[in-house]
Amino acid sequence: MSDVKEFETRPADTSRAESPLTWSLHEQKSLPHASNPGIILSEKPFLGHLVVRGGAIVLDEAVREVMDMALPAKPHALVSDDSGERTIQWLSPDEWLIIVPGGEEFALEQKLRQSLGQSHFSIVNVSGGQTVLSLKGKWAREVLMKSISYDVHPQAFPVGKGVSTVFAKATVILRRAEEDGWELVIRRSFADYCYRWLLDASSEYGVSVTR
Amino acid sequence: MFYIFCPYCKEHREEEEFHPRGQAHLMRPADPDNCDDEEWGDYLFFRDNPRGIHHEMWVHSVGCRKFFNITRNTVTYEILETYPMGEQPTITADDPSVRHEQGVQTADGGWQTVGAQPESQALNEEASS
Ligand SMILES: [Zn+2]
Repeated sequence: MSDVKEFETRPADTSRAESPLTWSLHEQKSLPHASNPGIILSEKPFLGHLVVRGGAIVLDEAVREVMDMALPAKPHALVSDDSGERTIQWLSPDEWLIIVPGGEEFALEQKLRQSLGQSHFSIVNVSGGQTVLSLKGKWAREVLMKSISYDVHPQAFPVGKGVSTVFAKATVILRRAEEDGWELVIRRSFADYCYRWLLDASSEYGVSVTR
Repeated sequence: MFYIFCPYCKEHREEEEFHPRGQAHLMRPADPDNCDDEEWGDYLFFRDNPRGIHHEMWVHSVGCRKFFNITRNTVTYEILETYPMGEQPTITADDPSVRHEQGVQTADGGWQTVGAQPESQALNEEASS
């Protein structure tokens, strides 16, 4: 067991947690609602995000033991469990992003630390620092083409891929976990900007925001 | 806009995802406490400014955030190769496949600015041989 101090970042009491989009999305009285939307935008707030760094072999063993999933070894690979709720994404040769349903991340971190013991690794809980936007609809790819220089054609960007790249004037982790849906992992401080950018870029196709 | 091949992401990515980080393959003096001021000063402050083939360190700052090396022609801006940290370039200024007039001129006595004026043509030819 490593001797790193860990703590549960989710308050046990009834303190209200606020997503980065509290004011621009969740607190709005009315949200954009097109009759025949080409774009459907929503936030997936309060998920558990862990950034795990270390050697691929030791981490793979730990992840197999704890999550029953294999660590994606190839660049830009994104794997999910059967439910699709837990994902692991390659970020760099020694860095992966694990996203799990909100509330699971602290137990997962502890189990991974237990399993990794004294190996050379780091696990950082970044759940409060970023959030996930879901972009769906017939014109989702067109909206991305306006916002991102990376090639989002299905040939270059199949399901099961994720990249970190430039989005508008900010950065984003763009993921494609399913055929007709994109996920954007955005930084807390850029969330408002990215959300407004997406609304603006989507307006010509008709956009609905759901919460 | 152009693409740069990241040796860690193993694909070409848009140039705006990268940042240059200066000359590559700088060797820190093995024993800093016992090297002279000139050696330490060279290591800290002095960099080559070649006209032609240059080996540079770049970082894929928006992607994988890894540093890597680029062999680049400072005249044509052509990127000849990219390779991970810890490896040596396969293309250098001595390489016969590198065009003759693209040979390296290290920064020395103001030579890096020659070539800007027509009258320095002769100087260029002399230096690149
Ligand atoms: Zn990269």
